[in-house]
Amino acid sequence: MADQENKQYIIVHSAKYETTYTKKYLNRKVWEEPNFNLIKSYIPGTIVDILVKEGQVLKAGDSIIVLEAMKMLNDVQMPFKGKVVKIHIEKGQKIPKNFVMMEIEPVK
Amino acid sequence: MNSICYDHFNQKTKSMSLKRSILDLRKRKDEVRLGGGEEAIEKQAAMGKLTARERILAIVDEGSFHEYDMFVEHAGTDFDMGNKVLAGDGVVIGTGTIYGSPVCLFAQDFTVAGGSLGLSHARKITKIMDHALKMRVPLIGINDSGGARIQEGVNSLAGYGEIFFRNTLSSGVIPQISVILGPCAGGAVYSPALTDFVFVVENISKMFITGPAVIKSVLGEDISMEALGGARVHAEITGNAHFFALSEKECFEQIKTLISYIPWNNTQRAKSFPPKEPKTKLKIENIVPADARLPYDIRDIIKSITDSSEFFEIMELFAANIVIGFGRMNGETVGFVANQPMVLAGVLDCDSSDKAARFIRYCNAFNIPIITLEDMPGYLPGVDQEHAGVIRHGAKILYSYSEATVPKITVIIRKAYGGGYIAMNSRHLRADFVFAWPSAEIAVMGPEGAANIVFRKEIAEAANPEAMRQQKIQEYKDKFANPYVAASKGYIDEVIEPKETRKILLHALQISTHKDVPAPAKKHGLPPF
Repeated sequence: MADQENKQYIIVHSAKYETTYTKKYLNRKVWEEPNFNLIKSYIPGTIVDILVKEGQVLKAGDSIIVLEAMKMLNDVQMPFKGKVVKIHIEKGQKIPKNFVMMEIEPVK
Repeated sequence: MNSICYDHFNQKTKSMSLKRSILDLRKRKDEVRLGGGEEAIEKQAAMGKLTARERILAIVDEGSFHEYDMFVEHAGTDFDMGNKVLAGDGVVIGTGTIYGSPVCLFAQDFTVAGGSLGLSHARKITKIMDHALKMRVPLIGINDSGGARIQEGVNSLAGYGEIFFRNTLSSGVIPQISVILGPCAGGAVYSPALTDFVFVVENISKMFITGPAVIKSVLGEDISMEALGGARVHAEITGNAHFFALSEKECFEQIKTLISYIPWNNTQRAKSFPPKEPKTKLKIENIVPADARLPYDIRDIIKSITDSSEFFEIMELFAANIVIGFGRMNGETVGFVANQPMVLAGVLDCDSSDKAARFIRYCNAFNIPIITLEDMPGYLPGVDQEHAGVIRHGAKILYSYSEATVPKITVIIRKAYGGGYIAMNSRHLRADFVFAWPSAEIAVMGPEGAANIVFRKEIAEAANPEAMRQQKIQEYKDKFANPYVAASKGYIDEVIEPKETRKILLHALQISTHKDVPAPAKKHGLPPF
C-alpha cells in the first residue's frame, strides 16, 4: 500500500477514495482532441510514393500517398478540399502507426 | 502360397522368443523417450526447462501416467522430410491421475523439431482431446512449440484448426487447462485462449501473434520476447494468463491445487473436503475501516470466512480492483467475486468486468456456487474507459450474473452505488440471498455526488456554500447511506453483524444445495463479446 507521503486517490461521484493505482491505470492514454489537418498513418508501413507537392491544392478524395502495409498498397486520400502545407515523409521511409505524414489546411 | 508364408512366419517367431521381443519393445520405447536426443535435452535444461515427459510426471500422481501413440510417425514427405525420424512426432499424450482424479494430458516436446506442429502431432493431440471429452475428464495441455511445421504446409494449419474446434466443443463440458512452458506463437496461441485456465512461468512462457523479429523488420520497433509476450505481460497487462509462477515447480503445484477445487465435468460437483473452521486470528470486524473512503484488503475478509482461511486466487495481477478465486465453505468449493478497495478504490472498469464475467460463467458451467462481496464506489470515470467500451464490457457482468443458475449469494460490506450496485449480483438479477453489514451504503450514488445534485440550489444560494455542502452531504448520508432503505423494500434479505457472516453464508449455501431454476429454451444467448 502507498506510504503516508505518497498516498494515491481516486475520485468517483465527487468522493475521494484512498487506494493504489495499477500500472495500466498509470499508463493510460490521455485523450487529445484530434487535429484533422494532420494526415497520420493509420497502419505502420513503408512510403512507396508521394503523389503531391507542398503548396498544391487538391480536392477531397485525391490520392496523396501510397503506403505499403500488410502486403497491400494503401491509397491515402485527401479528407477534404485543401492545400498541402508540409510533407514530413520521403519515399522508402518506414513509419510507425500515427506518424504525422503530411500537414494540410482546408481551402474554400 | 499360404504355406510358404506360414513357414516363414513360424520360423521367425520360433527364433525370436517373447523375451527377446520384450527387450526389443523396451529398446524402442527408450529411443522414443529420448525425444530429440541427449544434446537437445541438455539445451532444454540450459533454458531452465524440463522435458515434456518430466513435466507430465511432475504433475500427475506417481506411477499413474500412461503414454499412448509413442510410435506414431510424422506425415511430412516434402523437403526431404521423408528420411527424417521424429520421436513421437514431438508430442507426448496420455492419461493419469491428480490426487486420484483422472486427467488427459498432452505435452509438446521442444527437443523434437522444436515441438513444431505437423499433421501427426496434431492428430495425437486431437486424439487425447476426443478421449477427454468422451470420458468427461479434464484436459491439461502443455505448450512448448516453435509453431507450425513449415515443411508440412497447410496440413499443419489443418492440425491447429482441428484442435481449436475441439477446444470450443469441449468448452463448458470438461475443464480445459493450458500450460505455457516455452514459446507459443502465431496461430498456436488460440488453443490456450479458448481454454478455461492458462498457466505461465516467468522467463519461460512466451506468447504472441507476431514475434519481435517481424515487428522489428516491419515497424522498426525493437522489443524483447519477454517484454512483448512474457509471462508477466500476460498475467498483468493482457489478461491472457490466469496463473503466474516463478518456476515450473511452482506452476505444477498451482495446477494440482486448481484440480482439487474443480469438478471432473459439468455434470459433477467439485470434490468435498473435511470442513474446517477459519483461523481465528483474523477478526472480521476489525478489517474494515469505518470511513468508507479508506482502503483495506478484501482478501482478508474472504480468508476470515473460508475453511482454514484458504483462498486460491485467480488472475491476481490483472485488474486487481476485482478479486476472483476459489475457497471452501464446509468442505465444498465456492467461487468468490469481490471488489478490492485497496486497488483503484475497487471500481468496476473494462478489465475488471471482463475478468469477473468470465469467472462467473466458469462457476455457472461447473456447478460452483458464487459468493459476491461488494464494496464498490461505481464505474471508473475517464475518456479512456468510455472509448475502450466500458459499456459493452460492463454489460458482461450483468449478463453473467443474470444468466447464472448456480446458488448466488451477495454480502454488501460497505459501498454499493449506482449501476455497480445492480451489476454486483443484486436481488434484481435474481440473487438467491442478499445480506448487508450495518456499514453498507446502498444508494443511487455516493453522498458527495448526490448532495451536489439534490441540493444544488441550496448550496449555491447559501452564504457559505462549502459549509452548506458539508451539511447536506451529512444529511444525505444519515438518510440514505445505509442498508435500511434497501432493506425496507426487500432488496436486502437481512442486515447482519460482520461476525455472523460465515455462519449465515453456510446456512444460505445449505439451503441452496438443490437449487433448480428453469430457463427459457434457446440455442445460446448473445453476451456482449
